[in-house]
Amino acid sequence: MKPQGLPIEVHDLTVSYQKKPVLYGVDLEIAEGSLVGILGPNGAGKSTLIKTIMNMIKPNGGYVKIFGDAPQKGIKRIGYIPQKESVDWDFPVTVSDVVLMGRYGHHGWLSRIGQEDRNKASECLEQVNMLAYADRPIGNLSGGQQQRVFLARALAQESEVYLMDEPFAGVDAVTEKTMISILREMQKSGKTLMVVHHDLASAKEYFDQLLLLNMRKVAYGSVPEVFTHELLQKTYGGKLAVLSEMATKVAKAS
Amino acid sequence: MDSRITKGIKNWIIYLGILSASSLLLDAKQIGSGEEFNWLTQAERFFEMKDPSVRRVALGALLMGISCGLIGSFVVTRRLSLFGDTLSHAVLPGVAIGFIWAGEKDNFSLMIGAGLAGFAGVCCISLLRKFTKIHQDSSLGIVLSAFYAIGICLLTRIQKIGYSNQSGLDSFIFGQVSALSSDDLIGLLIALGFIGIFIVLNFRQLLATGFDPQFSKSIGIPNDFLQFGLWVLIAFCVISSLQLVGVILVSAMLVIPAATASLFSKRMKEYLLLSSLLGAGAGLGGTFLSFLGKNLPAGPIIVLVSSSIFFLILFLRPEKGVLFRWLNARSVQSRIAIENMLKTAFQIVEQNGFEDNEISSLEIMKRRGLSRAEVEKEIENLAHSGLATKNLSSNPAANLPPQTVLTLTPKGWEYACRIVRNHRLWELYLTDEAHYEPDHVHDDAEKIEHVLGEETVRQIERLLKNPKTDPHGKLIPSITDIHQGSLSRST
Repeated sequence: MKPQGLPIEVHDLTVSYQKKPVLYGVDLEIAEGSLVGILGPNGAGKSTLIKTIMNMIKPNGGYVKIFGDAPQKGIKRIGYIPQKESVDWDFPVTVSDVVLMGRYGHHGWLSRIGQEDRNKASECLEQVNMLAYADRPIGNLSGGQQQRVFLARALAQESEVYLMDEPFAGVDAVTEKTMISILREMQKSGKTLMVVHHDLASAKEYFDQLLLLNMRKVAYGSVPEVFTHELLQKTYGGKLAVLSEMATKVAKAS
Repeated sequence: MDSRITKGIKNWIIYLGILSASSLLLDAKQIGSGEEFNWLTQAERFFEMKDPSVRRVALGALLMGISCGLIGSFVVTRRLSLFGDTLSHAVLPGVAIGFIWAGEKDNFSLMIGAGLAGFAGVCCISLLRKFTKIHQDSSLGIVLSAFYAIGICLLTRIQKIGYSNQSGLDSFIFGQVSALSSDDLIGLLIALGFIGIFIVLNFRQLLATGFDPQFSKSIGIPNDFLQFGLWVLIAFCVISSLQLVGVILVSAMLVIPAATASLFSKRMKEYLLLSSLLGAGAGLGGTFLSFLGKNLPAGPIIVLVSSSIFFLILFLRPEKGVLFRWLNARSVQSRIAIENMLKTAFQIVEQNGFEDNEISSLEIMKRRGLSRAEVEKEIENLAHSGLATKNLSSNPAANLPPQTVLTLTPKGWEYACRIVRNHRLWELYLTDEAHYEPDHVHDDAEKIEHVLGEETVRQIERLLKNPKTDPHGKLIPSITDIHQGSLSRST
């Protein structure tokens, strides 16, 4: 048996939208069983990184490998939660329909969704405490409930790696606690998770590893290594950071 | 699958039943006007279906309704309405060119022309989207009107030149059922077949891309292929329906049945079934009415029937319908009026130290600032609900005409106590817990008293530890008082 590669390996990845680079020369190696938070300001390329790993966007340079293979081959092994805004919440589907979509990847074009899949879907809904809502239209739920359903769909995918784009956006505190404990459980059972997050304060508690991203990879490592004033300043500071860097230099010189 | 078809047929039979019943009603109304015989035979002729042209039109309208309803479900859920509109206008120059090419009204060449023009239209839209920053609705508008203008120019040209067999060509603009041939029927049948097969084969994939395109892309569903497939089928549906309803109204058939279905469908399967039934119903109903009305054009009538069904359902549906909401608002308003009267009655009795149970209408008029007629009406309402009894004044000394005097029944008294209690508890809650000034709380309590639920009242009681008086020092009637009626009713 040949040794399995890393779940996610990103090498010198460059992605542009209409000639404007969004990601520039990003290298990344994620070990199995990691729970990684991706932090960065708006437009830093967090979603782009995830979509490129998912093979939904073609990179301009560099490559992505999933378990040592080309991303097309590894795609079935990755579960994905997209950003809320990309979803049509008025679409006529019920909660259980949505969770069943997590099973689609396990079936060929014409094979039918069976009882086994339905059982799995109910099980996953139970896990996020949403089984009682199974027959509700998805549009009737609150933002927090909708994100729980999305987490249930991800669970139903039974993937080895999960990429989640802002799963905590618009979620109430209780739901956030439930979701993070489920993410922890997933990690314990050997899953690898990368989660785009927007809140610095909670990121420190929620994740083991952090990826600081702002077009470039600013830093990647364990929370104590990465969650430093200097690195965060570098990630979020933008132009002000340059200014303050210069200001310090001037101050030192005089 | 089987059960769905049988269900569809069952619904269909029910529909036919309703249709024939309504036609009977129509006839019944016509009795005496001297025309009823004519109408009845027309209706009979329609239902017997012996007339081959009637049969053809009815079948065509039915097929078109189902196709448009099915594909329209995707048009509406994916917000492609304007796209359908554009496509239907874009095929017109193709029809004209097809005619010029064949030199006569040959269905096959017309279809080819229409298909090519539709494709050119879609290409223009894609190009505009790719190379400009124009929003999609604008680019759809541009393509729609440009293609339609070309089409009209070409058609006018053909008419001026005077081809030998040009009759019925302008029917593509407004539709003309009398020109419907059996070739057209085959076209409709093929379109329906393709639509049905496409939906059955790709149902799951269509569901996933429609709801969450990013996710569906991530699990390897070819979004672009499905989108393209839908475009082609919309074009098919439009082209095959042209003879029936024409380029202008065909987009209505793509939108209206599906939009009607969207008013109550929770799931895509329901949506598709309902939408196709509504489309079929509108098709048949429209054909029937236009047949009945002799000179009415079938295409517009079909669209009219479809939109009438939409507005009827919008108005009448339970819970969210306009009628239901109106009735609900009225009942809430009348309840509030009754509660306000009871409260006034309580205050008057309270002012008299709970000694005198009789409340004169004059007193109520003074307190509420209402006219005599208004007070009389509200007293009538109270009496009608069994909350009070009405008498005439027993004071003969006054020279005034006898006054109406009100006495609350035990039930009315209990209700009144409850409302006053709600009001005063809420005032106390606002001053004590939310720290409002005592003179700020009355107006708020006036609204809240009518909507405080039993449970909230208990909660506030516990919070305030069963208070006895309100912020203005007035008595809060307690639960025991209310139940025993001990405030004054002991007399």
